[in-house]
Amino acid sequence: MKIKVTDREGKKHELEGDTNSTLMEILRDAGLDIEAACGGCCACATCHVYINDQWLDKISSKDDDEESMLDQAFDVRNSSRLSCQINLSEDLDGIELELAPE
Amino acid sequence: MIEKTDVIIIGAGPVGLFAIFELGLLNISCHVIDNLDKPGGQCAELYPEKPIYDIPSRVSITGQQLTDDLLAQAKPFKPVYHLNQQVEKIAKIESNEWLVETSHNNKIRAKCIVIAAGAGSFVPRKIPLENLDLIEEKNILYAVRNKSILENKDLLIVGGGDSALDWTNELSKIANVTLMHRRKEFRAAPDSVSKMLELEREKKVSFLLGQIHNIEDLKNNKIKVLVKNNDEIKSFEVDYLLPFFGLKMELGPIANWGLNLMENLIKVDTEKFETSVPSIFAIGDINTYPGKLKLILSGFHEAALMAQECFKYCFPDKKNVFRYTTSSKELHKKLNTS
Repeated sequence: MKIKVTDREGKKHELEGDTNSTLMEILRDAGLDIEAACGGCCACATCHVYINDQWLDKISSKDDDEESMLDQAFDVRNSSRLSCQINLSEDLDGIELELAPE
Repeated sequence: MIEKTDVIIIGAGPVGLFAIFELGLLNISCHVIDNLDKPGGQCAELYPEKPIYDIPSRVSITGQQLTDDLLAQAKPFKPVYHLNQQVEKIAKIESNEWLVETSHNNKIRAKCIVIAAGAGSFVPRKIPLENLDLIEEKNILYAVRNKSILENKDLLIVGGGDSALDWTNELSKIANVTLMHRRKEFRAAPDSVSKMLELEREKKVSFLLGQIHNIEDLKNNKIKVLVKNNDEIKSFEVDYLLPFFGLKMELGPIANWGLNLMENLIKVDTEKFETSVPSIFAIGDINTYPGKLKLILSGFHEAALMAQECFKYCFPDKKNVFRYTTSSKELHKKLNTS
């Protein structure tokens, strides 16, 4: 499955995803500049991304924990998600997203 | 006054705390320095309530429980903690010891330094806007050190956690406070939230829904904060902006100590976990070596081997007799008298 990411400089990356991973793990392991300080337990907000609108309703919705952690992020939008909370699945093949400011 | 100890541990996370125990077994005394106001590092600061499942023999343990148990395990060795401060400078002195100075001007000398600083020290997360340096010096406060400068000023506090709410409540007594958050729900302690809502009803605090969009310097000691809510942008002139977006981790001054680094991690050998500078060790998440796994249990192992080498620096004339804790009379004496 493919993941299309725009980094903070506007450069586009096409990554290979797999359904055993979270979105954060794919971004981090591809060497993109995403801190993911807590390692994926929804305890920081350093894997903040903007999901392209057309993909938003295909992803499971945010829980309270994630909404709370987003309070620590900058420029939170409707399309804001913490990428560690998104489990990849085949329906998300081709998902497009952008890294949020650090 | 300069305090004296055998080993200075930088970082009071799980690995730093276990290092006290391993060094203590070899009669090596420690001082521990941490930038947070409490021991436990990430375990206590980021995920105190989250269960950890890979600590040997502990089926499940929360970050806070692990911290409490490690503190109890280290206690018989009487470690000295210096919290709320960062190590700013290290220097080799004549006695061939290290002199460590903290941000609180504490000076401690020791034979070895053990860096167990995880991903670095926790510092307030800054606003990711460009060209803020000048404003950051004058009009943006990421922490309140001196309340008196805020008297009768216009303040914009941003955030929805404990720091934002507590400071809103506190500073509303002396200043004109507006609290801004992106939603009218808060993850702060319920008491602080109800207090803030009460102050808002009494018109002692204003609440504003929105997020920081941009900041401009008005050059008259005030700043203009552009606030965005949905797609609407409004502007506010204030004396001070106090953003509370939680903490992030930074390597900080350690980067300038001349240690061999690789991508902000400290290179060590896997026999002694010593850095490129003799008698400075690095253990836990902050080090790197072939095959490194960032696990708490790897850090525990590294602490045990590091202690063996520290013994040689601390007691160059003594022989280190390897003993198990099950049979060490000396250890049992310490544990019983503690």
